[in-house]
Amino acid sequence: MGALSTVGLLVWKDLTLELRTKEILTAMGVFALLAAVIFNFAFSPSPAQALALLPGMLWVTLTFAATLGLSRSFVLERDQQCLEALRLFPSDRSLIYLGKAAANLLFLLVVEALILPAMAVISGVALLPYLLPLALVLLLGSVGLVAVGTIFSAISVNTRIREVLLPVLLFPIASPVLISGVKATMGILAGRTLLDVLPGLRILAIFDLMFVVLGYLLFDFLLEE
Amino acid sequence: MLPRLALQNAQRIHGEPVHAVEAGNLEKAFGAVQALRRVTLEVPAGESLVIFGPNGAGKTTLIKILATLMRPSSGRLRLFGRDPQRDDDLRRLIGVVSHHSYLYGGLTAAENLLFAARMYGLPDAAGRAGELIETVGLGARRYDLVRTFSRGMLQRLTIARALVHNPPLLLLDEPYTGLDRQAAGLFTDLLADLRGERTIVLTTHSIEQGLALADRIVILVDGAVAYESRDGLEDQHAVGQLYAEFVRSSAWVH
Repeated sequence: MGALSTVGLLVWKDLTLELRTKEILTAMGVFALLAAVIFNFAFSPSPAQALALLPGMLWVTLTFAATLGLSRSFVLERDQQCLEALRLFPSDRSLIYLGKAAANLLFLLVVEALILPAMAVISGVALLPYLLPLALVLLLGSVGLVAVGTIFSAISVNTRIREVLLPVLLFPIASPVLISGVKATMGILAGRTLLDVLPGLRILAIFDLMFVVLGYLLFDFLLEE
Repeated sequence: MLPRLALQNAQRIHGEPVHAVEAGNLEKAFGAVQALRRVTLEVPAGESLVIFGPNGAGKTTLIKILATLMRPSSGRLRLFGRDPQRDDDLRRLIGVVSHHSYLYGGLTAAENLLFAARMYGLPDAAGRAGELIETVGLGARRYDLVRTFSRGMLQRLTIARALVHNPPLLLLDEPYTGLDRQAAGLFTDLLADLRGERTIVLTTHSIEQGLALADRIVILVDGAVAYESRDGLEDQHAVGQLYAEFVRSSAWVH
């Protein structure tokens, strides 16, 4: 069976489980919405301030929401040692990482599709004119967050303090995603072109590539150890 | 279903029959704890080997190494003459039943088997999944979520999952854990049907259940093979006494 089919099957399995329980998407979505509302109350920004604050608010919200989802990602597998079962299949074991990361990315993108219009309404900033470049930045940033987060989620799943351990491990390593994501979003909302924010996009793309490859190479070793 | 040809090839190299399991001086250490000590085992294809041992004897570690879920610290392992660390495809020849069901509670019985069948790349995955659900007597519950199953039903589905790709080697790690007497009896009958047509390595505490399936027994104590025999397996009482002596001597050491 091809690698793509294997990854597709793993994503199908996670999606089916999630659609039945809606645990991850509900937690992420509700948290993101609440965070957006709280930020708005806390800063009560004017339209001009909202434009400056929105990139930070958006990325902080998404990073925390992603952490919530990632911390549950391997819990599905833990109860009946299903991760062990996945390792018994004859496919390349590193594909489990790609399957898990792809499912996590899908969940995060769904939350982003929900939170972006919500933030636009709450903060009064018209995001529609910037939608395409903004979507590219969000996609690149999300891949980075998920690539690192899936590795750490697998490491922390069997620890008693996984909810604490995951952000402690994730946030320092994912800081280039946050910084570059915020800067690129700021540039786009200020009316700059994609070419102008290329340095930030480049950092995000390199980060994504680096951690997807690293996760792919290390995953089986991490699971065994 | 795994093609017959592949099954035959798994048991022969250049026309010569090979052992399903060849383990030489296997050792496994977790930090300072030595879980396995120079374990040497040969299991011919088609044999049922039952490994008895008290808690902490190293049974689960040994099964995990044989299942390629764990690497030994040292020693040599060949499954059907092939090196499991360099051969992902070899896992097609192994089926595992552990303490855990390896099933997703949020999927139905049919979905669980279909997922496993597809992950093994079986050509008629849906057909095979349906056939096995009927075989283990869960046809009427095929569309029910696995989380609603009793322990006995769960164990029957677990063995169906382990057999979905028709593996010639079946590794069972204390499969009777949590089963009541009736469910354990049904499970033994299910395994008895498989005996002879595939290689079985089973670990258990239970002398009665183990001997019902054994062609050969091994007693594992403190990570080492303390006893091995094909003879006298019909005398359950004698084997039980022997096992109790080994367990007692092990308890004295600790």
